[in-house]
Amino acid sequence: MLEVITAILLLAGGLFCLIASVGMLRLPDTIIRMHAATKAGALGAGLIFLALACYYLELSTTLRSLATVFFLLLTAPVAAHLIGRAAYCSRVNLWRKTWIDEFANICDWCETSTEEKGPCQCETEKK
Amino acid sequence: MTAMESMLLKGVTEAVLIFLTLAILFAFIRLVIGPDPADRIVALDLISVLIVAYLGALSIYTGERAFLDVAIAYALIAFLGTVALARFRERLAKKSRNDETHGEG
Repeated sequence: MLEVITAILLLAGGLFCLIASVGMLRLPDTIIRMHAATKAGALGAGLIFLALACYYLELSTTLRSLATVFFLLLTAPVAAHLIGRAAYCSRVNLWRKTWIDEFANICDWCETSTEEKGPCQCETEKK
Repeated sequence: MTAMESMLLKGVTEAVLIFLTLAILFAFIRLVIGPDPADRIVALDLISVLIVAYLGALSIYTGERAFLDVAIAYALIAFLGTVALARFRERLAKKSRNDETHGEG
């Protein structure tokens, strides 16, 4: 019975990893691709490590694999945040059907965190 | 019954290893053709997560517990690498934008 649960978790994890990778190849835009890579990829790897925890079922090995799942779930959003910020700051081309861009009218929001700048000039420049 | 179940687990593990190999191949195609450096960083991040998953599946396939420690260490190092690459890309974008504004003014 435990092996059946292990096989189901393992198969689900492998399929989620494959779906993440197909999305990585086929989605239209850097930020949309990041959506596929970080969420589905972390879910697939986490399911495979849950299968590992069910397969061995010893205290040390199960705890280590659960710690790996915890670490993956902790680091995936941080890495995604940093990559998304870098991608948006470097002005990657957004998808042509993107119709909400909250930072489009705020000038230089990337620079404000690191260096002190004068008042924003881009509103007057646009007019 | 137990022999059948372990045969099922062996077949599923082989199928999952093939799936993960295909997934790493697809992510590698995006790593090669990605138009922006940010695309390549995302592809490298996905490849490292897939390699961690591959190590987990390989640990079930071979019955070797040491692959779990390898997976933990690899996940740590891959996270540091992703953070370093993202910071590098952001600093490059800021630098080029500062050059642009100084050139215009």
